[in-house]
Amino acid sequence: MKGIVAYLFSKGFELIITFIGITIISFLIIHLAPGKPTDMLTELNPKITPETRIKLEQYYGLDKPLYMQYKMWLKRVIHLDFGNSFSSDHRLVWDKIKEKLPATISINVLSLLLILIISIPIGITSATHQYSLYDKLMTVIVFVGFAMPAFWLALLLMMFFGIYLNILPISGLKSINYDELQTVEKVIDIGKHLLLPVFISAFGGIAGISRYMRSSMLEVIRQDYITTAVAKGLKSSRVIYIHGLRNALLPVVTILGLSVPGLIGGSVIFEQVFGIPGMGQLFYMAVMTRDYPLIMGILTIGAVLTIAGNMLADIGYAIVDPRVRKA
Amino acid sequence: MKDNWWERLKTNKMAIAGGLIVLFMFIISIFAPMITPYKPNIIDRYNILSPPDTRHLFGTDDLGRDVFSRMLYGARVSLSVGFVAVGLSTAIGVIFGAIAGYYGGIVDRIIMRFVDIMLAIPTFFLILAVIAFLEPGIRNIMIVIGLTSWMGVARLIRAEFISLRNREFVLASKSTGASDLMIIVRHLLPNSMSPVIVSAVLGIAGAVLLESALSFLGLGVQPPTPSWGNILTIGKDNIEIAWWLSVFPGVAILITVLGYNLFGEGLRDVFDPRIWERND
Repeated sequence: MKGIVAYLFSKGFELIITFIGITIISFLIIHLAPGKPTDMLTELNPKITPETRIKLEQYYGLDKPLYMQYKMWLKRVIHLDFGNSFSSDHRLVWDKIKEKLPATISINVLSLLLILIISIPIGITSATHQYSLYDKLMTVIVFVGFAMPAFWLALLLMMFFGIYLNILPISGLKSINYDELQTVEKVIDIGKHLLLPVFISAFGGIAGISRYMRSSMLEVIRQDYITTAVAKGLKSSRVIYIHGLRNALLPVVTILGLSVPGLIGGSVIFEQVFGIPGMGQLFYMAVMTRDYPLIMGILTIGAVLTIAGNMLADIGYAIVDPRVRKA
Repeated sequence: MKDNWWERLKTNKMAIAGGLIVLFMFIISIFAPMITPYKPNIIDRYNILSPPDTRHLFGTDDLGRDVFSRMLYGARVSLSVGFVAVGLSTAIGVIFGAIAGYYGGIVDRIIMRFVDIMLAIPTFFLILAVIAFLEPGIRNIMIVIGLTSWMGVARLIRAEFISLRNREFVLASKSTGASDLMIIVRHLLPNSMSPVIVSAVLGIAGAVLLESALSFLGLGVQPPTPSWGNILTIGKDNIEIAWWLSVFPGVAILITVLGYNLFGEGLRDVFDPRIWERND
């Protein structure tokens, strides 16, 4: 148990460094870009006086050197103060992000679960039946899956299920008559709206993870301890699922952790396609209107989510692999 | 040695299939003006959203432009973005990876930490943020994709260099007084090229996908310049009435990306003698 604490402690230190690194990079990108970040706010507003402009620049510390600006910004960020949005409502950036987070996080968590449920069994069975017709078919499907643009698949599914069959809604999170529905109907309604987005967001991951699971399992099956287990007469299903799976899962856990940024980034695409009011859509709007504080805020929150995902992967790794705890 | 892998390439089905697809895409983008009678940007008010027929093979879009022609010219955009972006990312990755792998120590630790940090940022967020401040367009797309996708190459080159840097031929060269740059360029790089070539080919596939997604969102190639992604945007807007706008460009992306992936995976097998021995 002591080992695990030390392990998580050193991982935690790494994560803090990563967080600082990410924020510095995002900060530099926005500040080194041509024009002042406040231009968007001041140029579009003829009523703004030179005094307010100076006040605004002082608020963002634009008159100070870069490292001072970063320090000021970081200090505010730790208190979740990202400033006010440049959009006409001028609401707090954090409030705007906060109300969009649940949709994005729940879709991403659901799609992670879907990836695990589908790709681990596919990977295992492909490995145990290597070079069979089933394995070859899966390989082809995975290759096509890798090459499939997620947003295009989304369009095709929308056309098929939403327009041709007309059984699934093609945009938003709730139907127009949502408020009149019973509780059970409400759940079903949201479920129907989530079906396609969750599948689309999981799609790339399913292809990738099942491939990793297959090669990882193939690697494990060739090991001596598996041969030993088979030789001493254990049932092959027991060998595969008890002895093999645990070891084969290790690299997959790491890959899953690494795929979190991709999932979060991908939310821009599927939220835009399916019209889901989440963080991805908010980010898209922010980018389109150059809402500087909002872009910065979402980049930071995206980084935090990524780090949280990596942390979960590390914890998962420590649970599956006792060697990590001792090292 | 050279004949050896050429022989292996010729017998590798994946590499051949992928290579043919890639070659095909090159040919149609080079000869685009000769293949299609229509200019990609000619607006035809009398033929708006007309379905595929013998006159317009893939139908027309919301301005009456010929979709087939726009897709041929879109292939040019897609391929050039793929090549330039990957050229840039490979160059950056090779430089960082070479320095980290050759010198090791604190330099290596700092560079690899930077690589980890870059890998932890949701790339798509980062790309969108940069584009928001740089103005979308073909040139900026290439630069941004290049700047955000070099990390894999850096890791590959570093690993190769670490395994090579203490081999006899490198040490021998060092003892004759060759400079670091000389050793890196003459001895280490040529011996580390195969994984880089594989990752570059796979990287083009990734860049093509990324460009199409950005253009689809309206943050990539800007209309009226045709790209597969921005044709799909019009497809989404007319999804209930014009299926052809949503289907054909997607198939083109799928086939192209599949081609590069197959070619890359095939090359990986060709370059990797271990797999060869196993199949023998």
